[in-house]
Amino acid sequence: MLIGLVYSLLAIGLTLIWGVMNVLNFAHGDFLMIGMFLSYWLYGLAGVDPMFSVPINAAALFLMGMLIYRFIIRKVMKGPPLAQLVVTFGVSIFLSNLAALIWTPDFRTIGHTLLSGTWDVSGIQLSIPKLVTAIGSVLTSICVFWFLRNTRTGKAILAVEMDREAALIMGINAERINSISFGIGSALTGVAGAMLSTYYYIYPFVGGTFGLICFCIVALGGFGSIEGAFIAGILVGVVETLGGYLLDPSYKLAIVFAMYLVTVWIRPQGLRGW
Amino acid sequence: MRDITGKQMVVTGAISTFLIVLPLVSSPFGQHVMILTFLFAMCGVAWNVMGGYAGMFSFGQAAFFGIGAYTSSFLLLTFHVSPWIGLAAGGIISSLLAAAIGYPCSNLRGHYFAIASIAFAEIVRIVFTNWQVVGAAEGLTIPMLKESLAHFMFHSSKLPYYYIILAFLLLAVAVCRWVASSKMGYYFRAIKESHEIAQVLGVDVVRYRLYAIMISAFLTSMAGTFYAQYILYIDPDSVMILPISVQIVLVAMLGGASTVLGPVIGACILVPLSEYSRAWLGYKGTGMDMIIYGTLITVISMYQPNGVWGAITTLIRRSK
Amino acid sequence: MSDSVLLDVQGVSKYFGGLQANDDISFQVKRGEIVSVIGPNGAGKSTLFGCVTGFHRVDKGRVLFKGQDITNRKPHTIARLGVVRTFQIVQVISDMTILENVMTGGFLRRTRVEDVRRKAEEILAFTGLVEKLSYNALELTISDKKRLEVSMALAMDPELLMLDESMAGLTPVELRQIIELIRKVRAGAVTVVVVEHVMEAVMELSDRVIVLNSGRKIMEGTPREVVADPEVKRAYLGERYSAVSQ
Repeated sequence: MLIGLVYSLLAIGLTLIWGVMNVLNFAHGDFLMIGMFLSYWLYGLAGVDPMFSVPINAAALFLMGMLIYRFIIRKVMKGPPLAQLVVTFGVSIFLSNLAALIWTPDFRTIGHTLLSGTWDVSGIQLSIPKLVTAIGSVLTSICVFWFLRNTRTGKAILAVEMDREAALIMGINAERINSISFGIGSALTGVAGAMLSTYYYIYPFVGGTFGLICFCIVALGGFGSIEGAFIAGILVGVVETLGGYLLDPSYKLAIVFAMYLVTVWIRPQGLRGW
Repeated sequence: MRDITGKQMVVTGAISTFLIVLPLVSSPFGQHVMILTFLFAMCGVAWNVMGGYAGMFSFGQAAFFGIGAYTSSFLLLTFHVSPWIGLAAGGIISSLLAAAIGYPCSNLRGHYFAIASIAFAEIVRIVFTNWQVVGAAEGLTIPMLKESLAHFMFHSSKLPYYYIILAFLLLAVAVCRWVASSKMGYYFRAIKESHEIAQVLGVDVVRYRLYAIMISAFLTSMAGTFYAQYILYIDPDSVMILPISVQIVLVAMLGGASTVLGPVIGACILVPLSEYSRAWLGYKGTGMDMIIYGTLITVISMYQPNGVWGAITTLIRRSK
Repeated sequence: MSDSVLLDVQGVSKYFGGLQANDDISFQVKRGEIVSVIGPNGAGKSTLFGCVTGFHRVDKGRVLFKGQDITNRKPHTIARLGVVRTFQIVQVISDMTILENVMTGGFLRRTRVEDVRRKAEEILAFTGLVEKLSYNALELTISDKKRLEVSMALAMDPELLMLDESMAGLTPVELRQIIELIRKVRAGAVTVVVVEHVMEAVMELSDRVIVLNSGRKIMEGTPREVVADPEVKRAYLGERYSAVSQ
């Protein structure tokens, strides 16, 4: 259930990219995977606790996002919409299989870290890593909100999201905003990846499901709406968990997809979208 | 009947001869690659009817492919129904399901529609993975019957399969051609431009979108039945997964979406490439072939997003 | 109701959230007329078109066409019945040639492709675009695009053609051409209602003018009557200026 907050964080990143430049990043989940592996190797090779790898991940994924935007996405944006949809599939397939090639498809976990174990709260066993991840996600989300509303760049991003043409007229450098938004969106996956690595299975194809769930969340919240993504993420987390209890756990994903379909039929613009 | 020039006849004759003779001089693996090529070409042409022409970018065609495969196989296994009847049944079920899911999605366009199609296909896959009646995750094994056309089954050689899928492909191309030059085709393209303009022109957008989806689903489902009869084993992870849907879109996009023959060209490039690279590079499970595939997708989207067909026809026109 | 009343708009009102875009608008259009709807920006003219042609849901009132109630029917049904509109921002089908664009309209009443093609060519000859029939729609100038839009509409054999700002952005020569075209259209037994800002076109073409302001109809009459009316002047020029001009 707490995973919903991680979903929120990931969805915020995805909806930011969507809102600013109308691109659906199918490789979002794979960026997360890269983040997870980065933390894994930082821990394995340099003994850096995943929690401290958060800033490193953020920076690395930010850079990676900007580069991918600059050299790949930007080219496709002038092309037909179909190509824009397909190109990130290509990146996704490339990244996940490259990871499989370099690091083998094996499942890995990080062993004991600084914040391991469980916390006994009146009989309920709370997993500390999951708790910390959830809290970390919320904190990061709040930081993102603050950034968007209170810094110059952040406000510029919001302006472009709302009305690209008007923003351009106002003298905002849309290209730069595109790069930065893609960077931020990717950085958020790095942050999530670092935190998830403390308790989640790490393997090259872990991104697929996360990516798909993120889309449903973003659509539920309304493409482009940061608050919507946040709320929808929590909602999906709750529904997924409930669904797992009520029905067979393997139906969890199907329920999330059904949620998307029903929402989009009744209220196409999602919870808060425009 | 418009005049067919002598030149066109020669070209058609040459291509036909080539296609008929080609499998006779190829290895079984080569024949296998050709069969898969035509299979994906057929799916690509089917995709085009709703995607390239009507603008509904479906990333969920695998659902119809799988339902086609499962319907005919299930009917064969349980009720000993001929696969050819199963073919028709699968097509009808897929069309009806397509209409059922398409109707509430009537107002969805672009990315929203794409994700809806993925959501739908994934739900289908998950349901089939858990549905005991159709074998759940273990899938279905098609029973070995005596080799014959009526049984839609051949053991001694792949050749009959080759000619059958070629015939299916020609049928799909004929259907697409007919749609493209008829009222339906014009209306589809108006819908693709914008729902508003289509409505102003008197087009019942909801109804025509359903036509597009249903035709597309039927043809894709036929391909699925063929696959089942060819490979003789199906499970959700081999017939209903997202990568199949993506490959179908790619084939159409690479060749040239919204042209009749584009997907055929796209398949001729993409399928042999991925099959041969899998054979040569994928054997250790390294996934190198997939890395190449992913790179290819990315590069094509960046540099030739309108497809090869457009480039070829421009070349031909220029050389005249 | 006399047989010559083609369009009967009765008390149509439309709200967008808190904003009343159309407030109790009533008027009639007789067969064979050219009627102009004018008014300052935001007066509700395009909304009115949308209400009549089924693109907006009418909250109050009725729209009758040839005596038949078409209120809130689907846009494509209304088009089928004979009421065709164009858009303020011109809309044509971009990956088709001009001929194909017009053919798409022609399929409304015909099924055989050959018949449709022939009709499309006739229409293009009528509207003066026939030399460019194999051009891609995107290659046209604004003026030609507007003519294409009209062509597409005419291919549908409409009885009532509603043109939304077909004159905006045209050079004087192009303006003349469009005015002539609209006259030709009317001569071809099509009734025309236009939304317009270009006053010289309005004065020249219209049999009657309807003036909207802030969602309400404030005046209806011949072009001369309307231009002389004080309330109309006030609506366009504002209190101070209309007082000065008196």
